[in-house]
Amino acid sequence: MTAGSTRPVAATAEGWGWRHAGRPGFAVRGVDLHIEPGERVLLLGASGSGKSTLLSALAGVLGDAEEGEQEGRILLDGEPPAARRGRAGLVLQDPDSQIVLARVGDEVAFGAENLSVPRPEIWRRVRESLDDVGLDVPLDRSTSALSGGQKQRLALAAVLAMRPGLLLLDEPTANLDPQGVIEVRDAVVRTLDRTNATLVVVEHRVAVWADVVDRVVVLGAGGGILADGPPAAVLGDPATRSVLAGAGVWIPGWRPPLAEAPGTRTPGPELLAAGGLSVARTGRAPAVLEGVELSLPEGSVLSIVGANGSGKSTLALTLAGLLRARAGTVTAADTLARGAGADPARWKSAQLVQRIGSVFQDPEHQFLTGTVAQELEFGPRSARIPAAEYGPRIEALAERLRLTHLLHANPFTLSGGEKRRLSVATVLATRPAVLVLDEPTFGQDAGTWAELVGLLRGLVADGRSVVSVTHDDDFTRALGGGILEVRAGSAALTAAA
Amino acid sequence: MSTDLSAPVLSGAVLLRANPLSKLFAAGIVTVAVMLSIDWVSAAVVLSGELLLMPLLGISARRLLLRIWPLVAAAAVGGYGTALLAEKTGRVLLDAGPFLFTEGSVGAGIAVALRGLAVALPGIFLMISTDPTDLADALGQKLRLPHRFVLSALAAMRLAGLLLDQWRTLGLARHARGAGPDGSPLARVRDFLGQSFGLLVQAIRRATRLAVAMEARGFGAGPRTWARESTFSGVDFWVAAAGAALAAAAVTAAVAAGTWNLILS
Repeated sequence: MTAGSTRPVAATAEGWGWRHAGRPGFAVRGVDLHIEPGERVLLLGASGSGKSTLLSALAGVLGDAEEGEQEGRILLDGEPPAARRGRAGLVLQDPDSQIVLARVGDEVAFGAENLSVPRPEIWRRVRESLDDVGLDVPLDRSTSALSGGQKQRLALAAVLAMRPGLLLLDEPTANLDPQGVIEVRDAVVRTLDRTNATLVVVEHRVAVWADVVDRVVVLGAGGGILADGPPAAVLGDPATRSVLAGAGVWIPGWRPPLAEAPGTRTPGPELLAAGGLSVARTGRAPAVLEGVELSLPEGSVLSIVGANGSGKSTLALTLAGLLRARAGTVTAADTLARGAGADPARWKSAQLVQRIGSVFQDPEHQFLTGTVAQELEFGPRSARIPAAEYGPRIEALAERLRLTHLLHANPFTLSGGEKRRLSVATVLATRPAVLVLDEPTFGQDAGTWAELVGLLRGLVADGRSVVSVTHDDDFTRALGGGILEVRAGSAALTAAA
Repeated sequence: MSTDLSAPVLSGAVLLRANPLSKLFAAGIVTVAVMLSIDWVSAAVVLSGELLLMPLLGISARRLLLRIWPLVAAAAVGGYGTALLAEKTGRVLLDAGPFLFTEGSVGAGIAVALRGLAVALPGIFLMISTDPTDLADALGQKLRLPHRFVLSALAAMRLAGLLLDQWRTLGLARHARGAGPDGSPLARVRDFLGQSFGLLVQAIRRATRLAVAMEARGFGAGPRTWARESTFSGVDFWVAAAGAALAAAAVTAAVAAGTWNLILS
């Protein structure tokens, strides 16, 4: 076997459709598509148009008749994907849920082992794949110790070691910081240049991939294919652009329109302040950030920015009263504390939800009940707010965040954007004066993004104070306000509030 | 920062170089020997042997104690309870109302405490000195257990190691939602159960996603090769022999001392 030789795979869908077991309608239907060997395809479409389902089908992991009903057929080089095991390699969105083993080298070897590759050849491939993705760490490095971008490159290397002729990427950069996005994108391009493998990538941030693919395919929301052609033609066509924009796809040169203008309100009296603050993840862990000074007046915005692992989230959790300060103070002014004491870390849960609201990076961590309606009622009920008062309030919130038609759905079955909207709504239901959000726009489509920005601007104009940890420059700019840059264990205010 | 009981301490200690199967054999035979009889002689012999072998683990007594103190506490409680409730034979040592201890009951208590520790330690030693991946390699290659089963268990173990962090995150997220452990003990219990259920939901979702990722990497069908070869060496002979010798010594000593007390009889 010569180094890196991979025969690119041709992929075909013929009148293909899939209905998940237990769902009334088809998730995707009427797809006719032929992808030539070595082609690089960007697959777009509204959320819910079945992009990920199509990718899973190409990877041969969609399951059997028990898990759903298939219509038409999918072929790799003229055969069903199940018969072409190892020819297609799939990388998923969440770095943490696709790592199997504890050590980097073993992780990359896993796929090759499953394909019965002889031992010496496995280790040759492991080194070669890690080289391809530019992951220069010892083979016995713990997989848990890697950053998000490194984990995604590891996942890519693990797939490459199987020498796939078809590379399938399902939003591989949605959960990464800008640095990680570029790392992963460049690793993919380098690999494709060397192996000539076919590529199908799903991603709603089009700009990341537009320059490196030679074909863009848009799935229609109601089934079939909406547009198909070279990137310039598809993304330049006004009709297609407006459909994509309406579907929340991030098209280059376009930004979602925002209803309200940024709040020009002059900040009021101080709500929350930090002095000489050091933060640590647990009682025994070392401090990740020291000497933080800041003040949050009413109606202010603060964005906390900085590289992964610099302690941004830990700082946010501490400001939100969820972690105790390692040293220094977090002080709530009387207007915020309203008799609950000056240290938010000592507040009871029921007190906290009415004063400071936290939105976690993963919305699922905050879901506590079986339906959207119960989720919305949970906070007000635990704070013992009378139903007559919170009823209309959550009704309005559900309306504002387009959750009304989902009130009886299970939160875990919602789409990514719906989960994010719900997690924000649940926190707002108790009307906290301070809102702390951790990467609220990660992996969100343009529609949800614009809604979030509009909502937060409204809250600020209303006198609430919004703190967010974010890598999203557009978001930071759209909200305005102060920017706290965290670097090398300390934090500096780079833009005044 | 997750430090869990089962994380192996990777250093150059002798036991780390042994094949997991020889350690499994040694731990197994010693455990069986202690389990067979409820008496303090066999338990004491095994426990002394285990403590003597501790240097081979490459872990200091202090660090070991930090990891196993819950077991020591449990053994002490078990011993105390037995001494309090066992048949009151022999001379009375202490008589304070309901607290009556005799030579016979205290002997039984000591036997139970020693036996508890002696039974638990081999397993602990095995965990401390064994990388789970190496164990899976050995089970799959040397014992020829089905690789589907072995590797699924290995992947599950890695996920289990991540549960502590998830538990912490869930706790913070619940507090942020107003579901924190405030108030009465009953509310705390309810909160604990709620958080446990949340953790279970997270674990299942994660495991499902991982299963798909594994399948996408060709796992589960057809024959496979192993990237790491599991081998036996001279060390393994000594590890197995030491285990067998310790088990034999315990049984012999107990029979000779006349304390052998087979649980089956």
